[in-house]
Amino acid sequence: MSEPLLKLEGVHTHIGAYHILHGVDLQVAQGELTVLLGRNGAGKTTTLRTIMGLWQASQGTIHFEGTDIAAKPTPEIAQSGIAYVPENMGIFSDLTVAENFILAARGSRRIEDMDAERLEWVFGLFPAMKRFWQHPAGLLSGGQKQMLAVARAIVEPRKLLLIDEPSKGLAPAIIQNMIVAFRELKRTDTTILLVEQNFNFARQLGDQVAVMDGGRVVHAGTMAALAEDEALQQSLLGLSLAAHQ
Amino acid sequence: MTTPSETVAVQAPEALPVVRTDRLPLLLVPALALLALPFVGSFSTWVTLTFAGLAMGMIIFIIASGLTLVFGLMDVLNFGHGVFITLGAFMATSVLGLMTAWTVSGSLLLNLVAVLAAMLVAMTVAGGVGVAYERLIIRPVYGQPLKQILITMGGMIVGEELIKVIWGPQARPLLLPTAFQGSILMGDAAVEKYRIIAVVLGLLVFAAMAWVLSRTKAGLLIRAGVQDREMVESLGYRIRRLFIGVFIVGSALAGLGGVMWGLYQQSVIPQLGSQVNVLLFIVIIIGGMGSVTGCFIGALLVGLLGNYTGFLAPKVALFSNILLMVIVLLWRPEGLYSLGKK
Repeated sequence: MSEPLLKLEGVHTHIGAYHILHGVDLQVAQGELTVLLGRNGAGKTTTLRTIMGLWQASQGTIHFEGTDIAAKPTPEIAQSGIAYVPENMGIFSDLTVAENFILAARGSRRIEDMDAERLEWVFGLFPAMKRFWQHPAGLLSGGQKQMLAVARAIVEPRKLLLIDEPSKGLAPAIIQNMIVAFRELKRTDTTILLVEQNFNFARQLGDQVAVMDGGRVVHAGTMAALAEDEALQQSLLGLSLAAHQ
Repeated sequence: MTTPSETVAVQAPEALPVVRTDRLPLLLVPALALLALPFVGSFSTWVTLTFAGLAMGMIIFIIASGLTLVFGLMDVLNFGHGVFITLGAFMATSVLGLMTAWTVSGSLLLNLVAVLAAMLVAMTVAGGVGVAYERLIIRPVYGQPLKQILITMGGMIVGEELIKVIWGPQARPLLLPTAFQGSILMGDAAVEKYRIIAVVLGLLVFAAMAWVLSRTKAGLLIRAGVQDREMVESLGYRIRRLFIGVFIVGSALAGLGGVMWGLYQQSVIPQLGSQVNVLLFIVIIIGGMGSVTGCFIGALLVGLLGNYTGFLAPKVALFSNILLMVIVLLWRPEGLYSLGKK
């Protein structure tokens, strides 16, 4: 097996006096969608934030393309090819949709400088972005903001997407839209680490799955295996897939 | 890049959001001016007072705009901002002192060159000192508000004392060049030429800032950083570099404001900055911390109210700005333009 794109080994994270991650081991393979599952407070969001350098790992290593990025500042980590969609979406509500895109496209100073073909591809995934192009992002609905957050992360090619609970609080129709968009991203060989609590959503997309509990990864394997094993789901997540269908 | 292989099966609801621009705060300035008219009584006096208030407001805006961005971008409370005002004003006394022959000549061109030179030197020196100030005083206390207040106040005191060492503790005259003196008659109202210049210059600075903030990528980054600096960093931009740039520009603008304030008062004292400091914080709190438009409106309101109350009820003028701030905060607790900061 080839070296994973992202590899966390024994990662500990402290936030103030709190010890949140207790030695996280996680691998994300190139071109796959890995889902990070777990109950509230399991450490999923902290894991993503630690990878991004928003919270510094107090111990352990985080290798991205073979380079340890654990001590690097956030902008440098982003420049190395990692895009991050936080749980709160991180939308600049005072700026228009177009201005949000421009900031995400680091290589472009103006709209005209952006890759038109890629932009059309993004619009194909999220047509609402084209429609609301000149609207202040703060006026978009919750679902549209989530689309903007994901669209912004893919406006330029990135090696790895870290996405935190994209289905949270969204209507079923918009979740379906998201699933279609993520499938398209998978088709383009984009590597994704997705934090989710919605198992049905995760099941439809994930190649690999890691389950967290108490600040550790307690299970790692293929999504197909977990989806088929109700007893394992019950023991790891306290749920059965049937209840979600 | 090809078009998506799978048709987006379900579209999100696409009701067009209604774009509403919050214009109410913009109306406050003309509303205050019109409200004052019947109380002042004489139209010509009202015109004079209004121009004086607008001129003072524009100068306060030039000084305070950098301060509000510095706070908005990095949550830095810089109580030492006043030192850049004083520095700019004293630099102007030195530069114009060397160019006395030009300032007393009747030539508008020579007068303009002298004032522009003074402004340029003041901005350069204030901006340069701003670099050192940010490195030595602000950077060690990022994210520590209490220490920021203490150390920047300390910086203000040290800066003020250094200015006394260089230029002496006494007031120094800063006379207007000959062509800028006198008034223009508008009907029965006499409006000082310098006040008109101050209004025009203030509008130019506001227009330039509005252009940079809305039309350039650096400006977009500043606006985005004021809202959510963590996300700006997650997009791959070094917010600290941006902050240093904003701090330098803010210091230079304070230096420019110091020159204009000094010319407005026709003299400068080492305590100028500390005296203006309170006013600056009132303005940026009224405007909504981090908002340039809010700062602009807040500065004009403070300038106008100070002049009207100074004329109508001098005792009220002593606390009119505080009263204005209380009223605005009762109406909008986060200031005129809240930025929804994360």
